[in-house]
Amino acid sequence: MTHDLIKIFIASAIINNFVFTRYLGLCIFFGVTKRMETAVGMSATFTAVMVISAALSWIVYNLVMLPLHLGFLKIIVFIGIVAGFVQGADTILKKVNPALYHKLGIYLVLITTNCIILAVPVINSDEKYGFMQSITLGLGSGAGFSLALIIMASIREKLEFAAVPKPFRGMPIAFIVTGLIALAFLGFSGLITL
Amino acid sequence: MADDKKPDLIKLLTNGIFSENPVFKLALSLCPAVAVTTSVKNGFLMGAAVLAVMTMVNITVSIFRGLINPKVRIPAYILIIATYVSMTDMVMAAYARTAYKEMGLYIQLIVVFAIIISRAELFASKNKVVPSAFDGFGMGLGFLGALVLVGAVREFFGKGTLAGMDILGGRPLLIMVLPTGGFFVIGLLMGLFNWIEDKYFGGVSGGGGGGGHH
Repeated sequence: MTHDLIKIFIASAIINNFVFTRYLGLCIFFGVTKRMETAVGMSATFTAVMVISAALSWIVYNLVMLPLHLGFLKIIVFIGIVAGFVQGADTILKKVNPALYHKLGIYLVLITTNCIILAVPVINSDEKYGFMQSITLGLGSGAGFSLALIIMASIREKLEFAAVPKPFRGMPIAFIVTGLIALAFLGFSGLITL
Repeated sequence: MADDKKPDLIKLLTNGIFSENPVFKLALSLCPAVAVTTSVKNGFLMGAAVLAVMTMVNITVSIFRGLINPKVRIPAYILIIATYVSMTDMVMAAYARTAYKEMGLYIQLIVVFAIIISRAELFASKNKVVPSAFDGFGMGLGFLGALVLVGAVREFFGKGTLAGMDILGGRPLLIMVLPTGGFFVIGLLMGLFNWIEDKYFGGVSGGGGGGGHH
């Protein structure tokens, strides 16, 4: 059991890294990695939201939707859960911890309509994972996303001073750098077979 | 009135294809643009799905624009989008089974594409039905075109084929169909678009440089 969970964690964090092999969350990935500070704040927020939304949607999907044969509504329900939860967290945080709210405020709103957050419940339901497995997938994906953001932010801080040809400045060079990191991550494939 | 309207609609169509191309210019909804474009066929199917969803969402949002309370507009738009995505998902699962196995996850994720919700918010919620339909169709075409272009480049160099037809008779650059290739091809194409714009249109392009915010 534990062995299985460790496998899922490593597979989702490194081998099937959301950014480099599943290509999800790219908007955020390119949007927030210009500065290290925002990248770190974003990774923490994302990991927390991913784990909690994985747990919530597992409960709703397996205990409510499956017994009622409502599987076809999963896209609508999952996005509803994520949006509702993020909105709730936003309101609660504003009252309980205004300092943290001001640090994370912008990111929280961005999270609602993000493919990487929605992908976790969708993958969980497609793979028919159990409760602990679903949470582990959320945690592993969050860790993998954080790793990607931090690697990219450190490279882009250096990239600011590089002499990049004019047409490639901005997004194009960021894409090519990502391609190179993805190439490195290719080396992890086959590390664990699930 | 009738004279004013015609060029307007054509401009709406071309706007999405060239000057505000969702992938190369606005850098929005990039995830599927990298993920499913290993071949022309996959790129085309994904693009067609987005085109259909986007046109329908724009039409629906435009019809109900007077009824949706501004305070709950984002949840309302998401609900509308999710409905059409569920429909597209089922159609794809029924009629394009092999392709669906490869890209089913990304079809379901159309629901959170920034490009769709941003068009609903920026255009359809303020305009009449016909212009909204054209805007959605034009943006969808731009997206479809970008995906087919990236798919063609990757398939040609990666598998030596084009839309399934064998051309090179070998696999010159296998890396193109691997995850890495998608990033390289889009990076290079964006650079190319910027270079062409810089050289022939002289305009200072903010294109592709803005970062993909929602």
